[in-house]
Amino acid sequence: MSAYTISIVSIIGINVILAVSLNMISGFCGQISLGHGAFFGAGAYAAALTMVKIANVPLALLAALVAGGLFGIIVGFASLRVRSDFLAVTTIGVNFLFVGFVRKQSWLGGEMGISGIPPTGLGASGNMILILALACATVAFSLYVSRSWMGFAFRAVGEDEQAATTLGIAAGAYKLAAFGIGTALAGLAGGLYTFFTQFITVDAFDFIFSVMLMAMVVIGGIGSTWGVVAAAIGLTLLPEAIRFVNDYRLLVFGGMLVLVIRLAPGGLAGLVRGSFVHARQS
Amino acid sequence: MSAVLALDDVAIRFGGVQAVGGVTRSVEAGDFVGLIGPNGAGKTTLIRIIAGLLRPDRGRIMLGGVDVINEPTATRIRRGLALTHQITRPFREMTVLDNVVLGVGFGYTSSPLRALLHTDRRRESDRAMEILASVGLAGTERKLAGALPLGQLKRLELARALAVDPKLVLLDEPLAGLNHAEASRQVETISEVHRRGITVVLVEHNLEEVMRICRRLIVLNNGVVIGDGEPREVMADPVVHDAYVGGGMVSHADA
Repeated sequence: MSAYTISIVSIIGINVILAVSLNMISGFCGQISLGHGAFFGAGAYAAALTMVKIANVPLALLAALVAGGLFGIIVGFASLRVRSDFLAVTTIGVNFLFVGFVRKQSWLGGEMGISGIPPTGLGASGNMILILALACATVAFSLYVSRSWMGFAFRAVGEDEQAATTLGIAAGAYKLAAFGIGTALAGLAGGLYTFFTQFITVDAFDFIFSVMLMAMVVIGGIGSTWGVVAAAIGLTLLPEAIRFVNDYRLLVFGGMLVLVIRLAPGGLAGLVRGSFVHARQS
Repeated sequence: MSAVLALDDVAIRFGGVQAVGGVTRSVEAGDFVGLIGPNGAGKTTLIRIIAGLLRPDRGRIMLGGVDVINEPTATRIRRGLALTHQITRPFREMTVLDNVVLGVGFGYTSSPLRALLHTDRRRESDRAMEILASVGLAGTERKLAGALPLGQLKRLELARALAVDPKLVLLDEPLAGLNHAEASRQVETISEVHRRGITVVLVEHNLEEVMRICRRLIVLNNGVVIGDGEPREVMADPVVHDAYVGGGMVSHADA
């Protein structure tokens, strides 16, 4: 496998974890978050600091998971207080705050980021396999959650919080759980990203990146794990395959987002489901 | 008999309006109470306060002898309370069956961790099917709840309330918008619920039906209780009569 292929596959794996984890928050539980990049970043920095200090791979991943999740639960408390459209705005703010804060912190490398992060010792292919294994585990976990009573309750909270509480579902606890799980996985993806690049700057975790993740979720079909996986793979490959898309990334993704919302609100998953129904009927 | 529900000086004010002004009442186990009053009397507000969807400015609410004023709605539901909404609120994108299964599984959904560790729904589905049959919704279970007509949505509200295995149900206008045949059918179901030993508090404008099925009537006007007792005696009370005539409220039988 060429170095190029290995790096593309690694990025796909990381983006799959990010999109699937965002889908748990926004798709399963209906909490629109436009700041997923911040939790990804928190995990990346936690892993980078751990690697620089003690160079222990499992500990660095654990630190990434915990950093993302803790940060997420704190922001999740905001979701208990505000209506869902305000939550979208709040999470945008969190993303900007995160970037602004990190830029000014010398212990986080400020503008220059953190470089010279020790390698994991697994090599590029080893890292890729680790990333793919954790991406598969994330997808499996997401599919499981969706089947469990937790996924069931998430759907209820996402659709009508008050109606859910009158069925004995503690809506607040579920919203926090969605945030905690989704952001912890984003943190984990951040740790893997650190292993992959061995050099991080805060620009990788900005609002634009968060919007791109939301585009993956919406284009894939909000709430559908497989749809979101397909979109994460497709939208990661597209700029690599088509030069134009790479140059006009924001324009292309933004345009696709608008088209999907306007023409196929169910995303890829909705289209596939629709054609199945159509095939059965004809 | 013990009080399943007791209100002590419950009051709430919205801006300049005293929506509920110091209500003290209790409801005994097995009671069938009609809560009536002109529009804007505070009936729905009182129901929402009891369910924890609104926090009163003052007063205490006891469910089965426990003060629940600081408990959120979900906790009160787990203590044996259930309610139906005046404006039906189904999970439109779920099937009719899932709407009820979700309620039946309230033991699993009590905490996210518990919910995460369980996937099996067969027992809950069977129970939900029984409940759907008991409210007359057999055959609709695979439909999306959003596709049901109002008459069936009203029954689905009742089915969801029964799903959480309540001791006390608060029914907020379960007959509103139903035609005569649908209303009779719904009244029959509610009576059956009461016969099974569930205490019922019924908010309803259809006085004809209320008088027929309730054992006790509580009349609210401007947020205060102006009548309480045996339905015919209460309705014969000149104070209650004045409030009705003055409030322009007429029974469906007259309308």
